[in-house]
Amino acid sequence: MDYIHATLLIPLLSAIVMAFMPNLRLSSWLNVTVSSANFVVSALLMLKVMEHGAFKNNWFQIDEFNVYLVVLTTFVAMTTSIFSRPYMEHVCHMGWTNKKGMRLYHSMYQLFQFTMLAALTTNNLGVLWISVEGATLATVLLVSLYRTPEAIEAAWKYFMLCGTGIAMALFGTVLLYFAAQHIPGFDAEQGLTWSVLFESSKQMHPVIISIAFVFLLVGYGTKVGLVPLHNWLPDAHSEGPTPMSAVLSGLLLNVALYAVIRMKMIVDNALVSSNHPHLAGYMLMSFGLLSFVVAAFFLHRQRDIKRMFSYSSIEHMGLMTFAFGIGGPLATFAGLFHMLVHSLTKSAIFVTVGHATHISGTQNIEKIRGLIRTQPSVGWPLLLGVAAIAGFPPFGIFTSEFLLLIATMKSWPWLAPILLIGLAIAFAGLFRFLHPMVYGEVPDGQQAVKANMWPVILHLILVLWLGLYIPDTLANWLNEATRFISGTSVL
Amino acid sequence: MDYLSTLPLSGQLINLLAALVLLTSFMLLVQLRLVSVIHTFAWQGALVAAVTVIVAWSGHHGHLYLSALITFVIKAMFIPWLLHYHVNSLGLRRYVSAHPPVTGLMIASMLVVFSYYIILPIELIGDVGESRNIIAITLSVVLIGLLGMIIRHHAIGQVVSFMSIENGLFFAAVATTKGMPLVVELGIAFDVLVAAVLFGVFFFDIHGRVGSMDVDDMTRLSETRD
Repeated sequence: MDYIHATLLIPLLSAIVMAFMPNLRLSSWLNVTVSSANFVVSALLMLKVMEHGAFKNNWFQIDEFNVYLVVLTTFVAMTTSIFSRPYMEHVCHMGWTNKKGMRLYHSMYQLFQFTMLAALTTNNLGVLWISVEGATLATVLLVSLYRTPEAIEAAWKYFMLCGTGIAMALFGTVLLYFAAQHIPGFDAEQGLTWSVLFESSKQMHPVIISIAFVFLLVGYGTKVGLVPLHNWLPDAHSEGPTPMSAVLSGLLLNVALYAVIRMKMIVDNALVSSNHPHLAGYMLMSFGLLSFVVAAFFLHRQRDIKRMFSYSSIEHMGLMTFAFGIGGPLATFAGLFHMLVHSLTKSAIFVTVGHATHISGTQNIEKIRGLIRTQPSVGWPLLLGVAAIAGFPPFGIFTSEFLLLIATMKSWPWLAPILLIGLAIAFAGLFRFLHPMVYGEVPDGQQAVKANMWPVILHLILVLWLGLYIPDTLANWLNEATRFISGTSVL
Repeated sequence: MDYLSTLPLSGQLINLLAALVLLTSFMLLVQLRLVSVIHTFAWQGALVAAVTVIVAWSGHHGHLYLSALITFVIKAMFIPWLLHYHVNSLGLRRYVSAHPPVTGLMIASMLVVFSYYIILPIELIGDVGESRNIIAITLSVVLIGLLGMIIRHHAIGQVVSFMSIENGLFFAAVATTKGMPLVVELGIAFDVLVAAVLFGVFFFDIHGRVGSMDVDDMTRLSETRD
């Protein structure tokens, strides 16, 4: 399984190289090249897993569940790096950051990729923790890249909240390790190995496991952006450079949710014969639903376009958390599919928003007007992207939300109206602002900017395609992942 | 008292040091001078390192000597030194914070009781009995650290509280599970180190750009901002 090493080493090494590379043009092209190469490597890794099945040793594990997230991560990282090259050139040109800042940006962009891939592929819960904390450390200086007081405030908030949150996750990990020590035949070297813990979790002390899960959920949940631990998220998204917002929303939140689900699998297994077998599921459901509803209302109060879409991310992460909380095969399938389509759509939206803010020179929603008339290649994708994220058919998000709704009606019928009303509120929140932004009067002197829209178009076509027709390979794939997580397959 | 006297010497020492760590946590909460806060934090780091040595010695866990050394160097020497450096270069040696410590103390005491209450349902399996005390104390250290982050207004004070949470977590790992696997511990130490350095960068940025080190003055970002 050399592809695993390659997919980790490529971003790590290029992060080191780019930290010392003085030529900005070269390093921005290198960023694109390296990210694309890594996407190819991870695609090869997926082909190999398809052929030979899951793989695990003491350090890595690659199964149906995480390999699709690995490919998704490298794919979005690739398209975002393509977008970021001209975008950051413009940023540099405007004097928002300097050469040193750009070097930091490129280096940390790759390091951030490395930490996410490490978190996804590792089989060790300790390394998982270190990687997720590493992802915070890699991105915190990028949030404050423009060095305005607002950016520094946002980065400080991000640092403190996520740092504290992740500390809670470490406490949970320690407790988990403590519980593992009382398993007969405990091996200290494997005490944090996920696959070992998963198999032997029935012998763990249920009370310790429950306490551990509370800490783990609060810890990783902070990074997922679950309400009421979400405060860092809109700030970090609105003040950081737009490519960062795209990868934070599209990828990092997924990785954190992935960590939560891994933990839930252990806990579910450990509590299966205790008094509260569904404890983890109930907790995910309540946190998820709360995040969903609160974020849907908050969408209506936004004045900053990037803040608005970060609340939309919270809303969707809430939906996914809720789906995994319900936990049956159908809901799990919907959750996995939603992770995929939300990632693609949200990063496309942030990329478009980045161009939109350059066109109008502000992030203030009231001042962004007439995008379609000024630059149709930005205005239309924004309109379509928002239609997709709001759950319009025939886009993929409609499919996953529909599946989730069916799963909810099956097992928790009285929660289905809340979901429906929440979706309607979120829809209204997005469109009341979107309409004037894309159609309204064009302000004087507004000009089109140089924009590379291919990443966005590619993402939106993929989302549309997934909404019309899920290819058999992908469906089987997600089905296997569903079987792995929930125990039964959906197809 | 019966329970403590049945423990071996190392167990008694660990309990003693655990109590002292909790004491430093309380001190971190009430001290008003920034410099004394940093001193207390260094002591807490040293105490945690001492616990690690005792656990390593009593249980013959070779790799724990290494983590004790790392903890001592990072938590008791490097980070306090770094914080002193920032305090000096930002001209804050005489800074005294104005928060009233009494409410904080009362809440902290309640948090200790609460921690014991949470740990209560863990029945005595194997050697859990001894560890239960420690888990409760480390949980209190973590919660008091969180409380410290809430009531401290100064950015550096907040960071010290944050790092004391980390101390509590490390203490929990050492005292209850004889340390995590070495790779994990090294990784965590590395993360803490990087975090400490990054905090320094932020102190200068906050001081230079925001203009005040009081986190209450960071109010630019809100929902209704233009």
